[in-house]
Amino acid sequence: MKITEKDVRYVADLAHLELSAEEIARFVPQLDEILGYMDKLNELDTTQVEPMAQVVYEQDELETLRADQDRPGFSQETALANAPDSGAGHFKVPRVIER
Amino acid sequence: MAEWEAVIGLEVHVQLQTRSKIFCACSTRFGDPPNTNVCPVCLGLPGALPVLNQAAVEMAMKAALALNCRINRFSRLARKNYFYPDLPKGYQISQYEQPLAEHGYLMVEGPAGPNRASETPAVQKRIGLTRVHLEDDAGKSIHDGFADSARNSYVDLNRSGTPLIEIVSDPDIRSPQEAYDYLTRLKEIMLFLGVSDCNMEEGSLRCDANVSVRPRGAERFGVKIEVKNLNSFRFLKQALEYEIDRQIAALEDGGTLTQETRLWNTDEQRTLGMRTKEFAHDYRYFPEPDLMPLIVSEEWEERVRAGLPELPEARRERFRAQYGLREYDAGVLTVSRPLADYYEEVAGVCGDPRAAANWVQGDLLGALNAAGKDITESTVSAQHLGELVRLIGEGAISGKIAKTVFEKMLAGGQTPQEIIAAEGLAQISDASALEKVVAEVIAASPKQVEQFRAGKQEVLRYFVGQIMKATRGRANPALVNQLLKKHLV
Repeated sequence: MKITEKDVRYVADLAHLELSAEEIARFVPQLDEILGYMDKLNELDTTQVEPMAQVVYEQDELETLRADQDRPGFSQETALANAPDSGAGHFKVPRVIER
Repeated sequence: MAEWEAVIGLEVHVQLQTRSKIFCACSTRFGDPPNTNVCPVCLGLPGALPVLNQAAVEMAMKAALALNCRINRFSRLARKNYFYPDLPKGYQISQYEQPLAEHGYLMVEGPAGPNRASETPAVQKRIGLTRVHLEDDAGKSIHDGFADSARNSYVDLNRSGTPLIEIVSDPDIRSPQEAYDYLTRLKEIMLFLGVSDCNMEEGSLRCDANVSVRPRGAERFGVKIEVKNLNSFRFLKQALEYEIDRQIAALEDGGTLTQETRLWNTDEQRTLGMRTKEFAHDYRYFPEPDLMPLIVSEEWEERVRAGLPELPEARRERFRAQYGLREYDAGVLTVSRPLADYYEEVAGVCGDPRAAANWVQGDLLGALNAAGKDITESTVSAQHLGELVRLIGEGAISGKIAKTVFEKMLAGGQTPQEIIAAEGLAQISDASALEKVVAEVIAASPKQVEQFRAGKQEVLRYFVGQIMKATRGRANPALVNQLLKKHLV
């Protein structure tokens, strides 16, 4: 086992999740299993392969950029349509101050 | 007691003046109704894909080049992960390990700079720049002003996705004044480049500082404190002064400092610690998989470099050499590109750069300041002001009458010639026309003539006054003196 309860609590905190003791206990082996799969992948020798974060292909340098033109997007009504709560044209969320 | 030295590094965020956002085509306009410049990309809706705005890249390149940075041929956009209601994607798209540009510097004035109205040449100090990178802005959270503000925060995502550059300085700054000068210079350059309006009230220019203190001469840095909320030049200076004193006092008291983020509180005039948890800085950066790496060829870089305008430093130097301006005047006139352009047009039209400098700095800027206006909002065009100064030089009007004409020009629209003609303000430089007035005044003042002839020279001023009164100030003063002497002696 590589994943500890402490690790689970840490990532849960980063994700602003509040987990119960039972949930933490359940997630430890689950996450461990996922990382175990990464170990499996690591069995492959990649020393000769350059790490790849994006699919890079041959193209003109400006090909993947857009010209600076603006156009209308959503109406306010559409923008707020899926919001659990809204008011005065804004999304409304429980009060937050600290980041 | 040990002597302390402050070590300061600044992180400055500058909003780029593009029409559309950095990764989508929504407008970047400020002040629109909330949530009206939004789309799936800047709302962070599932499946929406970002496409990088070319103009944002080029403005960032301009800024980087003007700040003497090296542009990296290959740079990456990266995700910075954190959760906050005004960040709908759950991550900011920024740059991390491979930023757009690095290794720049900025020269700031030493203690004798032009801002201090000194005649001596400035001592320059070099402030290193770690990096310049591109990123998107978050939306705006509003915590006050609504009936339910005690329970709810309101979020407007119009700003979400506005292009920003972050300019990070090396820890080379040693005093609040230096920080102030650095930010002043930086703002000046951004304005000259036209990449940002740098409006601090609207958040186009934002500044955070990293501050520590150490015994003077020590090599090791002290504990670094980040100070946020420095949203005006004045706050920056006040907050740094406060923070440096606070740190020194804590250490001299035998205490220790812990690394933390503090906010400048304007009302209380002090910095206050934020309640932050240890892990707050684990942003788990990773390369943005939805965007290709940013490749900048040498040709593209050269194209952008060729489009750079003359920068304030160079322009100040040229104003001194070409127009014979004093350093202070050259400094005032190059505060912004529109002002420098305005001045050069006035100087060109009137042909007298020094007189042009006096009028632009004195009368024009004075009137604009009083009206709370910017040079771009001037009701007097550079062409018209140039003509006014030329008319003085040609002797068509006196300097005193010119002030009256200028007052009327401020109302807007009219050329000085039109005002002079309409108000009958042209200077009388025709000897025969003036001779008549001079003769009349002399004839009407026998007593004063007697006094003058008895050797009382100061009576001459009485005659000049009478003639000016008769001509409503329009008589050419030199000619009046000449004629008076001729007729009195």
